[in-house]
Amino acid sequence: MLKDEVRRIEEETLQNLKAVTSLEELQELKVKVLGKKGTFTALLRQMGKLSAEERPVFGQIVNEARDRLEKAWAEQAACLEEAALLKQLESERLDITLPGYSFPRGHQHPLTRVIEEIETIFLGMGFQIVEGPEIETDYYNFEALNLPKDHPAREMQDSFYITEEILLRTQTSPVQIRTMEKLCPQLPVKIIAPGKVYRNDDDATHSPMFHQVEGLVVDRGICMSDLKGTLLNFSRQMFGPAREIRLRPSFFPFTEPSAEVDVSCMLCGGEGCRICKNSGWIEILGSGMVHPRVLEMGGYDPREVSGFAFGMGVERIAMLKYGIDDMRLLFENDMRFLQQF
Amino acid sequence: MKVSLEWLKQLVEIKEKAEDLAETLTRGGIEVGSVENLDKGLEKVVVGEIKELSKHPDADKLWICQVSLGTEMVTIVCGAQNLRIGDKVPVARDGACLPNGMAIKTAPLRGVVSEGMLCSAGELLLDDSLGDPRSEGGILILAPEAPAGQDLAAFLGLQDSVLDLELYPNRPDCLAMVNVAREVSFLSGEKLNLPEWADLEKKPPLPLAQSPAVVIDEPELCWRYAGLIVEDVKIAPSPQWMQRRLRAAGVRPISNIVDITNYCMLELGQPLHAFDHDKISGSIHVRRAYAGEKMLTLDGVERELEPEMLLIADEQQPLALAGVMGGLDSEITEATKRIFIEAAHFAGYSIRRTSRKLGLRSEASNRFEKGVNPYGVVATLNRVCELVVEMGVGRPLALADETRFLPPLLKLDLSAEHTSRLFGVEVTKDEVCRVLDKLAFPYQEKGEDLQVEIPSYRSDLQIEVDLIEEVARSIGYDKIPTTLPRGAQTQGSRTPEQEFRAQLRRVLIRAGLDEVLTYAFIHPESNREWGSLTQTVTIINPLREDLKVMRTSLISGLLDVAARNIARRNTDLSIFEIGNVYLASEQPLVNLPQESPRVAGIAIGKSKRHWLSPVISYDFYYMKGIVDEIAREFGLAFSYEVPPVQDLLHPGRSANIFLQQVPVGYIGEIHPAKGKTRGLERAVIFELDLVQILDNLGTGKRIQSIPKFPAVSRDFAVVVPTETSAAAVMAKIRLLGGKLLQQTDIFDVYTGKPIPDDRKSLAFTLRYQSLERTLTDEEVNSLNAQILLGIQQEFAAEWRK
Repeated sequence: MLKDEVRRIEEETLQNLKAVTSLEELQELKVKVLGKKGTFTALLRQMGKLSAEERPVFGQIVNEARDRLEKAWAEQAACLEEAALLKQLESERLDITLPGYSFPRGHQHPLTRVIEEIETIFLGMGFQIVEGPEIETDYYNFEALNLPKDHPAREMQDSFYITEEILLRTQTSPVQIRTMEKLCPQLPVKIIAPGKVYRNDDDATHSPMFHQVEGLVVDRGICMSDLKGTLLNFSRQMFGPAREIRLRPSFFPFTEPSAEVDVSCMLCGGEGCRICKNSGWIEILGSGMVHPRVLEMGGYDPREVSGFAFGMGVERIAMLKYGIDDMRLLFENDMRFLQQF
Repeated sequence: MKVSLEWLKQLVEIKEKAEDLAETLTRGGIEVGSVENLDKGLEKVVVGEIKELSKHPDADKLWICQVSLGTEMVTIVCGAQNLRIGDKVPVARDGACLPNGMAIKTAPLRGVVSEGMLCSAGELLLDDSLGDPRSEGGILILAPEAPAGQDLAAFLGLQDSVLDLELYPNRPDCLAMVNVAREVSFLSGEKLNLPEWADLEKKPPLPLAQSPAVVIDEPELCWRYAGLIVEDVKIAPSPQWMQRRLRAAGVRPISNIVDITNYCMLELGQPLHAFDHDKISGSIHVRRAYAGEKMLTLDGVERELEPEMLLIADEQQPLALAGVMGGLDSEITEATKRIFIEAAHFAGYSIRRTSRKLGLRSEASNRFEKGVNPYGVVATLNRVCELVVEMGVGRPLALADETRFLPPLLKLDLSAEHTSRLFGVEVTKDEVCRVLDKLAFPYQEKGEDLQVEIPSYRSDLQIEVDLIEEVARSIGYDKIPTTLPRGAQTQGSRTPEQEFRAQLRRVLIRAGLDEVLTYAFIHPESNREWGSLTQTVTIINPLREDLKVMRTSLISGLLDVAARNIARRNTDLSIFEIGNVYLASEQPLVNLPQESPRVAGIAIGKSKRHWLSPVISYDFYYMKGIVDEIAREFGLAFSYEVPPVQDLLHPGRSANIFLQQVPVGYIGEIHPAKGKTRGLERAVIFELDLVQILDNLGTGKRIQSIPKFPAVSRDFAVVVPTETSAAAVMAKIRLLGGKLLQQTDIFDVYTGKPIPDDRKSLAFTLRYQSLERTLTDEEVNSLNAQILLGIQQEFAAEWRK
């Protein structure tokens, strides 16, 4: 009977399906049963032998059996696919602890890094960044800064001379005069001037070449509280929002009054530690109100305008920021040092 | 200036501890560098009296001493050979930790228990001169009156603290104890107790000297010259109290006369010098040295004098280098009977030049250089006179005083309004008056202002703002509020050059190079080699000979960095520096030299080994890639040319770099002969002039729209003679390809079998594209074939199928 044959093939196929272990075998079995030359297809061809009454009944039986087979196939296929995926995932396991591709990356020198950081802070406060020559005339480096020849304060700085009148600048302050000369009578003058400076000195805390950032603000009505506010703002951005500053009277020939600026210790927060020598304060820069004679040298009338100026040592700030205890490390350029930045 | 607290307390009331006073002064602008407690390490050292001395039974050189400490006896074993019974000596007791760091414990020495140690001056870091001459080389033998059992520090007056003032050059007045006392009173608010002699109006009650006459030949360099004549002089040691104070101030006691001159200088700031009056022949002249003149100074050295040096001379010969050092001939000795004590004003710059030139610096020259007060000259001699009498040194006889110039005493107007405006906080006239009272400056009302009389000792106060600073110091900088400048808004900005340098730095770091910073001064030889000798800027007074000239190239600094790292076994490195070179336009320099920014790099060794990435050798093509990266970033079209033969770079592995036909730098492998001598074999370098590049910066990127029609690629390889440059072939391809050839890249270079030895294979990939239509295969093939044919003809190339 054809009906029995359909059942036999269906049962046999369902049996075989369970034994199938791969998608390839599954496909093979499908061809064997449902393909053009498949056993099930062969049965269908015999339908012609049946009577007109029997045909629809048989047709229904065959269709139902085929539906069941297709469903079983789909289930088995899903099952096998999942197993195969699991197997693939298992075989594709990586050692995720190995390092990734290495992209070359250089390191910025700590001093240019600190200079850029200082520049960014003052750019935000509306300062122009200007520069001046490193090899200067005696006039700009000293005389115009209220340091006439034979002034004892010249002793504070041991200079490298090229000729009697030309020297390596000992400070970035000459840029104050050059800027005022250039901008006068424009107001306000609001600049910082980073750059190299030179003094005849070489030990753990002095380098014969080092870097300073000079600041100058000239306008009507500039007062000492503006100096204090500007430097507090700077110190908090540079060393952290909890920092305080204090001003101590000091002396620079080109400012009056002059002040040394201390910032509360970034290491201990002011409690006292090795870095701040237990004082809670660290000296970071020199500053003051621009001396009337210096304003005059720059072309401004000290009765009309006033100003403040400051100068900081970049090396000192870098040493504080990164905990460096010997300045010479900054110029030795040992790769083991530089590659930490 | 070293300030003894014990001494200072005689002049001003002090309630604070030394450390607190130091803080008050520092906060007030007189920086105290350190506070030294003189009795440090002497806590358990007492005076002992040797009662018995016996030989140690088991050691030839040791003595067993029975020492009385007043109420008790101790046994101490001692190796010194200078002791006698009855000597008073310092005894370090069990638990003492001496100034030199030695810890003292009771312990047996060769079987005999020693309950402490007898000390030498050296072990206590004390001056030998404190004791009996027998102390030399052994135990310090104290004065016989030293009471056994007393703390040594108390006996020697060492229960004192010394503040070391680090004075700014504008405050030379504080090189005098009386002015330090004034400053302490001003800043602490405590009462000043200045004795009468501190009054600068005081004069010794003596007749004017008949001889020697004083002649000031150089009134510009010497405003005033005075002298005190003392007869019946008896040279002896000065009293202990004076010696103690001198020592605390860092001055070595010598004899009563010398000590008085030093002591009065410390009190009033006026340097003094004592001459043997009987060695002065005729009148005293203050004059410049004659050309070729010589003199024998106190230190026994014969000095060649120069006409700019100021001298004190008699009619025969120089007596002293003014303000710097006395002469040996007129020095006071044990035999001196009459002395002439000089007090003078000399111009600071003259003294500075002389002392620099001769390398002689002293407490006196230091004070002259910074400026002494000509008004205080005679008052100091009055004080000398007092002490001479008090100490029985001799009999003051007469006074000489020649005054050629006294600077006018200043009166300054001070306005409370100006003060407030400068501080940014309201300061009332009353507050300003209170400050002036504390300074003890006389003043009177002058309209809204105050007219202030500036005392002669405060030469630093020249204009109103100087007085405003005094007000600020007094009310405290802490009282100043914090504000920001209120004026017109300003835009922060960098110059294009600054932007360019910052961007260049980022490109190079991104490409894997480490940034270095080297000294701008280098060895002269380096400029000859890598830069320009004719444009070299030379330092007259370099730190060292190898830092004598300003660099004219960045390369030598980088070579030094590389060599130093390799010596330290950092063998692989790839570094750059951005910085100026300094080019003189004439010799000797008249105008400021040109400061020209450059970038340079050096690489040697290899990239780090990594399990995924191939190791890159730092060679010519690595460095050229870095330069290409710069070109790409800034839109620059560099061209390269084989340089003329030279001995710095490898002739086959170097190139000059051009931008718009202008030379802007070079690149190459260091010449093997050069590299070898510095251990820098196969190092590659480049240097670019940033000025030229800045002038030729691209005008910014223009973005092309994405083409609508597909591109077609064709690859081919050709075999060309080895010396044919890839750039030449590439240029020809581009020429022949015309508009449709969008891009040409070289993807392989091959030499070796089966290519003949004198030839190389270059493989190109060409991308054809039209913006208007889709290209047909026939079109592309035909164009490609034309190109191929063209280069075959031009370069004797062979198509490698």
